[in-house]
Amino acid sequence: MSAQINIHNLKKSYGEFQVLHGIDLEIVQGEVVCVIGPSGSGKSTLIRCINRLEAFDDESEIAVDGIAVVPGRALAAVRAEVGMVFQSFNLFPHMTVLRNVMLAPMRVRHSTTKDAEARARVLLDRVGISEQADKYPENLSGGQQQRVAIARALAMEPKVLLFDEPTSALDPEMVGEVLDVMKKLAGTGVTMVIVTHEMGFARQVADRVIFMDGGNVIEAGPPAEIFDNPREERTRSFLHAVLDH
Amino acid sequence: MDLFSTFFNMPVLLNSLPQLLSGLLVTVQIGITSIICGLIGGLFLAITRLYAPTIVQVLVRGYIDIFRSIPLLVLLIVVYYALPFVGIRLSPFFSAVTALTLVSAAYTAEIFRAGIEAIPHGQFEASAALGLSNRHTMVDVILPQAIRIVIPPLTNNCINVMKDTALASVVAMPDLLKQATQAQALSANPTPLIGAALIYLILLWPMVYVVARLEKRYSRGR
Repeated sequence: MSAQINIHNLKKSYGEFQVLHGIDLEIVQGEVVCVIGPSGSGKSTLIRCINRLEAFDDESEIAVDGIAVVPGRALAAVRAEVGMVFQSFNLFPHMTVLRNVMLAPMRVRHSTTKDAEARARVLLDRVGISEQADKYPENLSGGQQQRVAIARALAMEPKVLLFDEPTSALDPEMVGEVLDVMKKLAGTGVTMVIVTHEMGFARQVADRVIFMDGGNVIEAGPPAEIFDNPREERTRSFLHAVLDH
Repeated sequence: MDLFSTFFNMPVLLNSLPQLLSGLLVTVQIGITSIICGLIGGLFLAITRLYAPTIVQVLVRGYIDIFRSIPLLVLLIVVYYALPFVGIRLSPFFSAVTALTLVSAAYTAEIFRAGIEAIPHGQFEASAALGLSNRHTMVDVILPQAIRIVIPPLTNNCINVMKDTALASVVAMPDLLKQATQAQALSANPTPLIGAALIYLILLWPMVYVVARLEKRYSRGR
């Protein structure tokens, strides 16, 4: 089976500073990939390149479902298939929770208001927020806001979901509720690429864990392999630093 | 002749009142037309200034800087007295509206730009990630938030435009000020001028009050 996300020789620089040093990665449909690594290792940049929120070098190639991620019309098609959940939620503060979830299907997929609302209510129920549908984001807790953000991404029925440190901005007691929603999503057929510091979650949910450092993929493999028996010294020292304290 | 009958001469005031009110109507017409055109032009300029190709951005920035620098009275006189030499002959009304709109659009553009730039980058990213087009990102996500921010400075600008309509009297526009000076000449008494001043106050004071309220409200956050 051919890969759903194809990343070939991905390079990215901020001026003189090279963030990504030619990454090759293939992710198949339905796979749950967790990207771990120290801050500044380029893991967020990597997933932000997949829907081209970050531009990358011309020689690099990314394709989602065979569609090249290049500027122009095709990019809109890719973005409609690739949902994203951000560290800082980025809900639209001037819309109710319900409208947040309804907006993109109505504008991009041209759903009717009725269909979009029905679907939004189903999704909000799925992430456990149905009672908050008519509230504004500012009246919700961080964990609730992030669950709305997940529902908003799901409303586009994406084939791929990108999570950029979805629990890093949350109070500790709210991390669990967001991770629970993500666990339920894993195995529903949607491809998930998750940048996270939650090692327990990665071990439990990921099909594959990718360890990045210094703009390179150092090591990739099933969670058991990466967490229990890492081959690379850098992986070992990173895991040692984050797990043993 | 005492002060009261000089400046607050009731018979003179009542006599000139119909003339003053017809002037007020003209003033309001010039003001509202210029405000609306300035808002539309300003929004267009702001978006071009932010997102158009570089060359267009430079041109728009030049426009904005020029029309914020030029004195409105000079511009008005150029439009009314100089343009006819190149065959562009505008009525007093359109001269006034053109000059006011050109300047108001420049100020409004800067206000809108500041408002759009104040929206967190994450809002643009979330819109892009959902696949929203640039147009929908602006119309549905960015502008509704930016407009909240810019309502106080925009209202302030509207007050300025309303006040500047008085300059139209120099191009023979029968606005409130012009009618007042004519009534003054006719009655040989300054009361109509005082009357006009009071009408300007009655028109603009509520707007000033509203701006103060809005600024207080928005400075506290939503």
